[in-house]
Amino acid sequence: YVFTTFIKLSEFTKSKKTLSKPGVRNVVLVEGVRTPFLQAGTTYADLMAHDLARGALQGLLNRTAFPKEAVDYIVYGTVIQEVKTSNVAREAALGAGFSDKTPAHTVTMACISSNQAMTTAVGLVASGQCDAVVAGGVEFMSDVPIRHSRKMRKMMLSLNRARTLGARLSLLGSLRLSHLVPELPAVSEFSTAEMMGHSADRLAAAFGISRLDQDEFALRSHVLAKKAQDEGLLTDIVDFKVPGKDIVSKDNGIRPSTMEQMSKLKPAFIKPHGTVTAANSSYLTDGASAVLIMSEEKALAMGYKPKAYLSPTYAIPKVLERSGLTLADIDAFEFHEAFAGQVLANLTAMESDWFAQNCMGRKAKVGAPPMEKFNLWGGSLSLGHPFAATGCRLVTMVAHRLKKEGGQYGLVAACAAGGQGHAMLVEACPQ
Amino acid sequence: GSEQLQDDMMEVLNEVWGNSAVKSAVIISTKPGCFIAGANIDMIKVCKSAEEVSKLSKEGQMMFEKIEKSPIPFVAAVNGTCMGGGLEFAIACHYRVATKSKKTVMALPEVMLGLLPGAGGTQRMPKMLGLPTAFDVMLTGRSIRADKAKKMGLVHHVIDPLGPGVKDPEERLIEYLEEVAVGVAKGLAKKTVTVEKKKGLMQKVQDAVLGIPLVRNQVYKTVTQKVMKQTKGLYPAPLSIIEAVQAGVEKGPAEGYHVEAVNFGKLAMTPESRALIGLYQGQVACKKNNFGKPEREVKSLAVLGAGLMGAGIAQVTVDKGVATILKDTTTEGLARGHDQVYKGLNDKAKKKSITTFERDMTLSFLKGQLDYSGFEKVDMVIEAVFEDLSIKHKVLKEVEAVIPPHCIFASNTSALPIREIAAASKRPEKVIGMHYFSPVDKMQLLEIITTDKTSKDTTASAVAVGLKQGKVIIVVGDGPGFYTTRCLAPTLVEGIRILQEGVGPKKLDSLTTGFGFPVGVSTLIDEVGVDVAAHVAEDLGKAFGSRFGGGNVDVLKTMIQKGFKGRKSGKGCYVYSAKKKDKQVNSGTEEILKAFKLTAPPAVSGDEDVQYRLVSRFVNEAALCLQEGILADPVQGDIGAVFGLGFPPCLGGPFRFLDSFGADKLVQKMKRYEDAYGNQFTPCQLLLDYAKDPSKKFHK
Repeated sequence: YVFTTFIKLSEFTKSKKTLSKPGVRNVVLVEGVRTPFLQAGTTYADLMAHDLARGALQGLLNRTAFPKEAVDYIVYGTVIQEVKTSNVAREAALGAGFSDKTPAHTVTMACISSNQAMTTAVGLVASGQCDAVVAGGVEFMSDVPIRHSRKMRKMMLSLNRARTLGARLSLLGSLRLSHLVPELPAVSEFSTAEMMGHSADRLAAAFGISRLDQDEFALRSHVLAKKAQDEGLLTDIVDFKVPGKDIVSKDNGIRPSTMEQMSKLKPAFIKPHGTVTAANSSYLTDGASAVLIMSEEKALAMGYKPKAYLSPTYAIPKVLERSGLTLADIDAFEFHEAFAGQVLANLTAMESDWFAQNCMGRKAKVGAPPMEKFNLWGGSLSLGHPFAATGCRLVTMVAHRLKKEGGQYGLVAACAAGGQGHAMLVEACPQ
Repeated sequence: GSEQLQDDMMEVLNEVWGNSAVKSAVIISTKPGCFIAGANIDMIKVCKSAEEVSKLSKEGQMMFEKIEKSPIPFVAAVNGTCMGGGLEFAIACHYRVATKSKKTVMALPEVMLGLLPGAGGTQRMPKMLGLPTAFDVMLTGRSIRADKAKKMGLVHHVIDPLGPGVKDPEERLIEYLEEVAVGVAKGLAKKTVTVEKKKGLMQKVQDAVLGIPLVRNQVYKTVTQKVMKQTKGLYPAPLSIIEAVQAGVEKGPAEGYHVEAVNFGKLAMTPESRALIGLYQGQVACKKNNFGKPEREVKSLAVLGAGLMGAGIAQVTVDKGVATILKDTTTEGLARGHDQVYKGLNDKAKKKSITTFERDMTLSFLKGQLDYSGFEKVDMVIEAVFEDLSIKHKVLKEVEAVIPPHCIFASNTSALPIREIAAASKRPEKVIGMHYFSPVDKMQLLEIITTDKTSKDTTASAVAVGLKQGKVIIVVGDGPGFYTTRCLAPTLVEGIRILQEGVGPKKLDSLTTGFGFPVGVSTLIDEVGVDVAAHVAEDLGKAFGSRFGGGNVDVLKTMIQKGFKGRKSGKGCYVYSAKKKDKQVNSGTEEILKAFKLTAPPAVSGDEDVQYRLVSRFVNEAALCLQEGILADPVQGDIGAVFGLGFPPCLGGPFRFLDSFGADKLVQKMKRYEDAYGNQFTPCQLLLDYAKDPSKKFHK
């Protein structure tokens, strides 16, 4: 179950005063950008994944004026892979004009793919192997690989090897109608054969999260996102020029509705009694993001003003206690909103002693973040959720919020299909 | 008791009907894992006459009819066991919601107790599922999971189980089920939810065809023929079910309900029903650990020998998530064993009872190897190596050199006395026998053998492991052949005698199956293996002398020489080929039998006498085991004989059979056979005691 690991993994380390540790290099976020997040099938529809990734990388370079050759490594996340660009990190980097001597690899970890890309980057910098690493993520849902059936693929591969006309004809003769049924990318998890939306609905039911609560939370997300958009707070966005079309500069999925309209929707997964609907779930989104991660000393030496210290880890509460930090010390929370039901279930779990005792092996609950510090500029429900691009969006957004709100600590957390989770503690750098 | 429950239920129902503010109702159980597990069998057992039982049936019928005809809609919200009367209750409601929890199973298992669904089940099921499916459900008593029930039309709506939340998941699931069911009930009252579902084309066609009386008659006929073929007419319940269904469909509900109630009463008074109920209750008793909680739980286990038995034991162990080492001496043997476990699990995946992912995860608990690495950490070793005392001693010594002190050594042997195996042990208190039956993943019985040196904790541990493996367990004393093999051997020897006397293998099979054994004696010899049968007959013959005589073991030995080792070698009493379904008698074996031909004494060689010669030797040996203390009680004797050896379930086991048939009648028969053949038919003292006093019964 998603939420279990989500909480277990989202622990973070730090000392009371600062994230910096003696003897360990401080790792900082210098800048973070993203393309506008668009609903799948809209303006980006004719592009390919590496186009968006290239846009984010170029945007990062433009904004920072960072010398390309000073980038030691590039890590990029993606979930649904375009088979033509399976190492999308490399294709996008070359296309964005990075040196062909800069290695680039692609990671995949469902919705926390770019979180993992950043974690890898932090590791490379902290261990002294690199000074500057670009991490990011891209997802392109307007086009997904649809395959021939296994039977058809087998026949086509055999056809390649068949030498004589007779052998080829006999293979073609074995063609049946069933060979032609295509295979869509898996919408359900391989191990559990369950769709995410279905799982989210059961999760909401397990925690007793009502339809009303979910709709209200989704509405909150859209209202806050709209406000942030209108007030010009979403400064991580870089413009993207779609060939033959307009310059895109805004997210297009932010649409505050009314409770009445939302309540009319039928459940999308568990029918007829489910509570997860299209309106309280994140939607299929195209988008890419990128961040520049450096060692603090190198960033300062090159004249940059780093935005935040990064400390990614894989578990919350134990480390919280060890570092002497409590949730009260956190000024800004950015949690991934895959489904309103999932976020609310997570928050309920954090508030539950039963859950802490029975599912986490703790004596008492972790406690839930206060809503006045929580996802104040909207979230994945409203801004959109290009699976592998969301992690960088969360981290950049929390860094920007800390600056805007004058806070010191931010906490980023995200869950992913396959029952995994990720968390990162972010500390504002001294201005 | 159920009677109290029924009264309480009626009180609540009357309250519901009396209150006009109540527009609909939900029936739900707050008991985790159980909706209603069915009527209390003891209620039937205490009844003295068929009329008394019929009255119970009529009361149930009336209560459920009231619900069916209720002015407000009833929704049954089912989580967990929903069996027998519980399912009859649920189908009397207007709408059913069920959870897809693994514990949710629906069944009408009455037929397995020699009864019929007596609270309207035989009347409602055909209307709900159509004749063919209704017959299938009622005549097999099989368990139906929620998603299958949805497909069949037995439930209207299913909900998925929930993961952990802020309270116990099952507790929350029941709440959730209630929320959903209440929503449905309100919808039904407001008419926003309808009960009728659209029928598919196949369903419409089937309904149309079954609307023709001639077709229906054909269905009754076919089903009856099928039942007769499978039961040999030894079980009255299936025929009574058909009769009750037919009465309802053809003559209307009044007649249908009447026949159902009358037949229910009649069935409850049959010895078959008593026998089957006894088996059910015995089975429940043999699924408990009477030796207390073991000091340490067995968390990792090693099996020696990856043959048919070893791999089977490994399969049922990994199936329950216990880390298992499977050790063999050759890579070929290991590969074969591994394949056997994989196939067993993959068959389950094919039948969709597990997912392929669960199959892979289960298989990851299995570790195949050729050496003793990791044995220093195992809690139990079960050896399933070749049945030879010196080999058993060799592996015992090897194993004891590497295992930790607390580790238990269990021997899977069908006949070698455990004390002789334990003689080579430095720690005989940790040595025990665990006799599995082939195929291990299908046969329910496990016979555990303790010596006078086996510690109670070792026994407790072995029972705990067996229960985890899903076994029905009997714990017996040590001795050649223990209990089961000791009963089997004289029966097989008598079978050989009968073959020598000129009764063909096919005839012998039909006589045994005609008595109620699931497998005939000739086929059984082939299945067990002619070599194994010879081995056992000879060993036990040496141990017990002429009582185990009768047939000539040389018949088997000559068969082995000619390569007729039974099914595994393709030839035994029969010839086996993959193509032909109908097996032919092996002419080679017929020639051998001619060479060993004996003249049958005409006075004791009629069909019935042949049957009773086989059965009396079985039963006499079982009684001797009880007399000698090998068996602790008759219940375990009955369970062992039925679940391990296929003693006719309709007779309920050797001791139940003695109670119903009469020890005196059997002793009379045995004396006749004794006169003709000698002391292998001499009744044991215990039998004589029970024959002398007919009021003495093995089962109270």
